[in-house]
Amino acid sequence: MAKIIVVTSGKGGVGKTTTSAAFATGLALRGYKTVVIDFDVGLRNLDLIMGCERRVVYDFINLINHESNLSQTLIRDKRVDNLYVLPASQTRDKDALSQEGVERVLNELKEEGFDYIICDSPAGIEHGAHMALYYADEALIVTNPEVSSVRDSDRILGLLASKSKRAVDGDEPVKEHLLVTRYDPNRVKEGAMLSTDDIVDILGIKLIGAIPESEAVLAASNSGVPVILQEKEDAGQAYTDVVSRYLGEDVPMRFLTPEKKGLFKRLLG
Amino acid sequence: MGLLDYFSSQRKKNNASVAKERLQIVIAHERSRRSHAFLPKLQQELLDVIRKYIPIEDDQVKLDIERDGECEVLELNITLPEESARG
Ligand SMILES: Nc1ncnc2c1ncn2[C@@H]1O[C@H](COP(=O)(O)OP(=O)(O)OP(=O)(O)O)[C@@H](O)[C@H]1O
Ligand SMILES: [Mg+2]
Repeated sequence: MAKIIVVTSGKGGVGKTTTSAAFATGLALRGYKTVVIDFDVGLRNLDLIMGCERRVVYDFINLINHESNLSQTLIRDKRVDNLYVLPASQTRDKDALSQEGVERVLNELKEEGFDYIICDSPAGIEHGAHMALYYADEALIVTNPEVSSVRDSDRILGLLASKSKRAVDGDEPVKEHLLVTRYDPNRVKEGAMLSTDDIVDILGIKLIGAIPESEAVLAASNSGVPVILQEKEDAGQAYTDVVSRYLGEDVPMRFLTPEKKGLFKRLLG
Repeated sequence: MGLLDYFSSQRKKNNASVAKERLQIVIAHERSRRSHAFLPKLQQELLDVIRKYIPIEDDQVKLDIERDGECEVLELNITLPEESARG
């Protein structure tokens, strides 16, 4: 049975799309048939991050409006087996995401045998974000170590607990995972930035990982390669760890403390 | 670490802990408001019931939730109109 996972944050620009692309790619690398859906209708970007922007023919809204079918619309990733992208429409607005339409498409994807359906939410708490989280079984709460992002994440936790389908139907609640991104261990050590422990204390949900602030993310987006495929880069490794933890493996946290530098680093390896 | 570094790191240390403290307060407040989202509706329904017996204005029924240590107290205040007070 397919699992629907929403990647959400409330606040904009915190790393939802970066995370959606990396997480979906990671699951597919582990052999799971995975699709990542761009819910940011009108502000399509996932296609660029996934590097498939020139192969977009039809989009999510075409599918909802019966203007195309699944096999015409899904873009199969050229690098990773089992990985598909469902792009957002660039010309419509978020109201085009009808609830019945979204539900029908998700059901078609389930029938298609997908193991994981990753929903890249738009920022905000309006209709688009609501639709992205409504059918979720689990949620990756993407949070930057910064006051407004943490507060907005709590707003989203409130929505998941009251406005998701699971909440409305009185089913088991959406399972929440905290993912802290753009983490700078040096500034945390100086006491200038909230630590992952602080954020866990405040939000009260379980940490699935921290992604360090890394130039590799910008480089990856420039070239349209999900950063998780950059195996030598810290951010890529951090996302790989997150996928392993998600799949239930006991992987110790990394990148939470500053890297040892200079002679010290050489001595300690 | 020099004395200057020490002081500047102490100042920065305060930054993160101040942020944490402020967030904890504002989020506790917002969570409690979220969990009391039913209050306006309860207030309206109480008004409707009370009006069956006593003619009162909207602002004569006040509903508040007060924290009292571990407990929350739902406080209902109904101001009776002059008429009915005199009986
Ligand atoms: N770990 C990181 N290190 C450095 N830069 C990052 C990191 N994660 C994300 N970024 C950068 O932050 C910016 C926003 O990232 P992204 O588009 O993934 O956020 P988003 O939450 O999807 O934004 P939006 O709310 O607009 O959809 C991008 O420029 C991206 O390169
Ligand atoms: Mg995005």
